[in-house]
Amino acid sequence: MADAPATDPVYQTDALISEDIEAYLESHQSKTLLRFITCGSVDDGKSTLIGRLLYDSKMIFEDQLKALEEDSKRVGTQGQEIDFALLVDGLAAEREQGITIDVAYRFFTTEKRKFIVADTPGHEQYTRNMVTGASTADLAVILVDARKGVLTQTKRHSFLAHLVGIRHIVLAVNKMDLVDYDQSTFEHIVADYRSFANEIGITEFTPIPISGFKGDNITNAPSDKTKWYKGPSLIDHLETVEVSNTAAQARSFRMPVQWVNRPNLDFRGFSGLITSGSVSPGDAVRIVPSGKTSTVKSIVTMDGELDEAVAGEAVTICLADEVDVSRGSVISAADDPPESADQFEANIVWMSDEDLIPGRGYWMKLATQTVSATLQQPKYEIDINSLDHLAAKTLSLNGIGVAEVTTDKPITFESYETSRALGSFILIDKISNATVAAGTINFSLRRAQNVHWQSVDISREQHAAMKNQKPAVLWFTGLSGSGKSTIANLVEKKLHRMNRHTFLLDGDNVRHGLNKDLGFTETDRIENIRRVGEVAKLMADAGLIVITAFISPFRAERQMVRDMLPDGEFVEVHIDTPLEVAEARDVKGLYKKAREGTLKNFTGIDSPYEEPEEPEIRIDTTAVTPEEAADLIIDRLLGDS
Amino acid sequence: MKRLTHLQRLEAESIHIMREVAAEANKPVMLYSVGKDSAVMLHLAKKAFFPSPPPFPLMHVDTTWKFKDMYALREKAAQDAGMDLIVYQNPEAKERGINPFDHGPLHTDMWKTEGLKQALDKYGFDAAFGGARRDEEKSRAKERIFSFRTASHGWDPKNQRPELWNLYNTRKAKGESIRVFPLSNWTELDIWQYIMAENIEIVPLYFAAERPTYEYEGGLFMADDIERLEKVLGKVPEITNRSVRFRTLGCFPLTGAVESEAATLADVVQEMLLTTTSERDGRVIDKDSGDASMEKKKQEGYF
Repeated sequence: MADAPATDPVYQTDALISEDIEAYLESHQSKTLLRFITCGSVDDGKSTLIGRLLYDSKMIFEDQLKALEEDSKRVGTQGQEIDFALLVDGLAAEREQGITIDVAYRFFTTEKRKFIVADTPGHEQYTRNMVTGASTADLAVILVDARKGVLTQTKRHSFLAHLVGIRHIVLAVNKMDLVDYDQSTFEHIVADYRSFANEIGITEFTPIPISGFKGDNITNAPSDKTKWYKGPSLIDHLETVEVSNTAAQARSFRMPVQWVNRPNLDFRGFSGLITSGSVSPGDAVRIVPSGKTSTVKSIVTMDGELDEAVAGEAVTICLADEVDVSRGSVISAADDPPESADQFEANIVWMSDEDLIPGRGYWMKLATQTVSATLQQPKYEIDINSLDHLAAKTLSLNGIGVAEVTTDKPITFESYETSRALGSFILIDKISNATVAAGTINFSLRRAQNVHWQSVDISREQHAAMKNQKPAVLWFTGLSGSGKSTIANLVEKKLHRMNRHTFLLDGDNVRHGLNKDLGFTETDRIENIRRVGEVAKLMADAGLIVITAFISPFRAERQMVRDMLPDGEFVEVHIDTPLEVAEARDVKGLYKKAREGTLKNFTGIDSPYEEPEEPEIRIDTTAVTPEEAADLIIDRLLGDS
Repeated sequence: MKRLTHLQRLEAESIHIMREVAAEANKPVMLYSVGKDSAVMLHLAKKAFFPSPPPFPLMHVDTTWKFKDMYALREKAAQDAGMDLIVYQNPEAKERGINPFDHGPLHTDMWKTEGLKQALDKYGFDAAFGGARRDEEKSRAKERIFSFRTASHGWDPKNQRPELWNLYNTRKAKGESIRVFPLSNWTELDIWQYIMAENIEIVPLYFAAERPTYEYEGGLFMADDIERLEKVLGKVPEITNRSVRFRTLGCFPLTGAVESEAATLADVVQEMLLTTTSERDGRVIDKDSGDASMEKKKQEGYF
């Protein structure tokens, strides 16, 4: 190998290991950790660079090296020489394709630091993988091929690295050996990059000319071939750049509570990872969102109580007062607590094959809080190649946009600019449970700050008690013509006779008034159900038994309404009529129109109906009459209460 | 300004992961193999929930072919941690007398892969901690910290969730489960340094001592249970006392011993750092079908 690193002082550890292992281990105990990401595509020599770092730091064992040599001859792209890229490509499928399709994590150590490298693919279709790898990195190495200079993908990688909050950028101009180590080529690329970087808000970066293949300026700088270069080697820079927890420590104290630690009645502690600042016994703290204040009594760990704990440490805090704290609460500096709000502007990176549906409820997880959230139609999508703002109705896989997010209850947050821990979130599909998006909060919207909940003196329990009933929402769902309205009507009549206070919300009727501005697209159907859900909830708050009759074809929206109501108050009634039967009845002549194509987006014909998986009540209309069905439903409803 | 060392950061990360699972999973369990990684994982669990005991049981999916020393430490470790210990042995493997000599890869498949699936189903665990690390093997470098398994325990590498920041999505459908790897970002050296720094008890087999050994198909093994060996092999293999130790621990007839004089932790770490073969090299299972063998096992549900 060219420039074999055997005599390199950076990795000259063997002597100490064999002579004085205790001293060696002692020096290792105090190492710090740097997590970084490498960005670039296969052609930029990214895998080769990582392979080189592992090889140079003796992270490759003899058996692995032997396998590597054999593999290099079999499938390598470097002739008879070692193809380092093979070392870092893990999954069988991608080895065959010769590309890196997922995030792989690699580990190596030098005298000063331990490193975790996230190796991610560079193609545009793998934006989500890069964002994933970058989300935990302190630094990004942006690789550029010296022969090609700054390309569109260089810009994309830089934009994404900046977007996820990486503040240390290294511009590694690779393959310098292929441009004869020419200084002006290097300087030209750096100047090019600088003008672009400034445009997207990257004010500082460290340019280094390297050859991953030959080893120039990887561990020692300047290499023989680049005497003109005055900066640090890549490893020198990685070893000395400031690590993340020091900056976080300088900010105000915050600890999102993960878990309430209660082994017995005498001990009540709050366990969490400190995300910023430091804390000591005696410090005044404020619990957000309740706003209650207390004092830190002790900081408990298995190694004894601490005098101080700082950002990055996982501890258990005991407070001097009995205040209400639970998972999701944030224990904060009393004089500088974070905000709470329920509306934000956020950057969204969409990561699912299924497009964003504006108005649909998704689970949002931010620190240790999980709430239901909906997104408005994006304000714009960002073309990550040109950085242009494009008009957008939705976001698709790998799409990045800016949108307003509304949560069903206030969450405690900080802007992502201030805090990665309290400013980042993921969105989870309520049905598939897939992680569909990553988001970073820009700021809360003023509306949320100015519209406060008015507390009322008569509670929903008092409303219900006066009516002498338990409120409920009987949510009928089923195909058009399944018999929802007929049975719902019968149920209401019977309940009325039994002196129950009820109200029937019918799909057709609501569309004549409250929802007359809505059509039948997927987005409009979701908004239709959301509004009906909110109205049903208000009526249930007033103590009523609400009966709704809507096709409500999507599981996610029925789940959204279920989540709005207290446990047990949402009763899903599936009026189960086979499509053939409903179509044969065709009371309103709609199926005929849909079949003829004059009526679009008709459920069961050209728009899906997602059957309830576990409804509280299922009515098979081919087996019972509407009267019998109504009795069954009432029995279940009143029998339960 | 307090600068956290890499071990402090790794420790905090693992503790955070364990607490997330305790808070969000319905019925978690910690898989415990009695090896050094399990020992570190258990120690971290004690730290994460102190002064409470870890709020989940320990479970050992046993093959009945482990070293005696491992069985001894297993009981003690669970007791010290104040945790319930579940030992599961696949009844079918037991009945058929599956062993590493006569049944080759079927031994691992029946006792471990099938055994684990059966145990998780039997107790209804929806999240299981495992001590695997990303630096162990190439396909593990891409494993998520929270790895999703279908209701039939399959692992689909193309269908894993993106894992952003330290926000773990623990939601799953009925029947699905999660394997959680809190030691994902630890390296072998980190494990040893942590054992040293925290004074964690590990099985004595990691340290060199005079032990009865025999050679079998080119490998060096320890005759941990001579009677049993005789029963399965039909004869007592030729036994020689040698100073040996083990770099990983599994079933005694499948775990290669290395000749060594390293009798202290410092000696072991020294030997590890100067050694030129990787850790899993002593294990037979990685080699049985070329370089993608571990990946294949994972798709089938091996941990």
